[in-house]
Amino acid sequence: MIAVIDYDAGNITSVCNALHKIGAEHFVSNDRKELARAEKIIMPGVGEAHSAMISLKNLGLTGWLTDVEVPFLGICLGMQVLFDHSDERDTRCLGIVEGTIRKFDTPDATGQLKIPHMGWNTITVDREHTLFQGIPSGSFFYFVHSYYAPVVRETVSYTEYGAKFSSAISKNNFYGVQFHPEKSGEQGLKILKNFIELC
Amino acid sequence: MLTKRIIPCLDVKDGRTVKGTQFVNLRDAGDSVELASRYSDEGADELVLLDISASQEGRKTFHKVVEDVAKAIQIPFTVGGGVSTVEDVMRVLDAGADKVSLNTAIVTNPYLLDAAAAKVGSQSIVAAIDAKRHEDSWLVYVKGGTVPTHLDAIWWAKEAVDRGAGELLVTSMDRDGTKEGYDIELLNTISRTVTVPVIASGGAGELVHLKDAIVDGKADAVLAASIFHFKEITLADIKQYLSENGVPVRL
Repeated sequence: MIAVIDYDAGNITSVCNALHKIGAEHFVSNDRKELARAEKIIMPGVGEAHSAMISLKNLGLTGWLTDVEVPFLGICLGMQVLFDHSDERDTRCLGIVEGTIRKFDTPDATGQLKIPHMGWNTITVDREHTLFQGIPSGSFFYFVHSYYAPVVRETVSYTEYGAKFSSAISKNNFYGVQFHPEKSGEQGLKILKNFIELC
Repeated sequence: MLTKRIIPCLDVKDGRTVKGTQFVNLRDAGDSVELASRYSDEGADELVLLDISASQEGRKTFHKVVEDVAKAIQIPFTVGGGVSTVEDVMRVLDAGADKVSLNTAIVTNPYLLDAAAAKVGSQSIVAAIDAKRHEDSWLVYVKGGTVPTHLDAIWWAKEAVDRGAGELLVTSMDRDGTKEGYDIELLNTISRTVTVPVIASGGAGELVHLKDAIVDGKADAVLAASIFHFKEITLADIKQYLSENGVPVRL
């Protein structure tokens, strides 16, 4: 059974709808004991890093999360908090992956770079990876974010918006995607399916 | 590369999609959930659902429509119409919408924007601005475009972003339903003033209008309703045309 962590950081309805669509049995919880029974964990997240970390802390989940041994997928903010630190309100994060989350540069004079980075952008898959099985490099996914993760050793795919940033990462049993697979049509569902069936 | 978004808009009254000219004379355009699914399948990048029901009963029906649309499609969608408190915002997002569009309520009570953005994040808050030309500027209208205010639309656009709107949905009331093209000057002026994405709305009738809104109006997304509902132009037509004209789109 898949657990979806509900930590008051945004929209879990969409993730649950998507899991339902691909026939994945799941439950929603923020209770450590219940979550410990899950075979896989998905942590969605929209909103802001500081409040998200406070929520996780108040629920007693921060320490527990770093020790999770089952496959874990962080989505959007759920991926960003896997890093050491976020510049968003100078927030210390989970520290599973080394690196700092930064803000996209302010729009340039031509107004080309609007913030948030919102809409469909392509991903470039750096290396072969189970999460992207059957998904060609160059596929479109839906993004909404103002802060981005740097390209690091754990980067699986990158995307360009002003800067090159990590659109997917993987380290041991931890996986993260900056885009919203639950909102990225068929390719997005395929990512969730790959996570559930292959990771 | 980030692509420009094509966004069909569904005006929903008692569960059915309707479309009027300059905010009146409604025509029935079909079942909202069916239409939403069709657009998603045909390659829409996002959807907007606006509740234009006047009755309590209509609002309840609309809430069910939002839940059903969320289950039926796997692309983002924005919901607006009658959202006037932070609780309303939460209810819409909990029903499965990705963004909430606020219009009249934030003109009456601008602090609602600050409060809503603080609660759910700017990325989920869209400020909808209905603007009408008045001499050499534009005035903001509210209540579905029926009531003029004293607010200058350009000033209000900037204010709304400063208060926490993550995106602007800019509708030209002069052009809405006319099929004469978007108000390019309005779009360009707002787009150069703010740092968030701008959705162009009101006036789409031909392919070239969509291109002009993006290229000349500097819009990040284009919204249209009737050209889609009555199958005058398909999403595939639009994307092919824009792509041929050098506009990045998701194909």
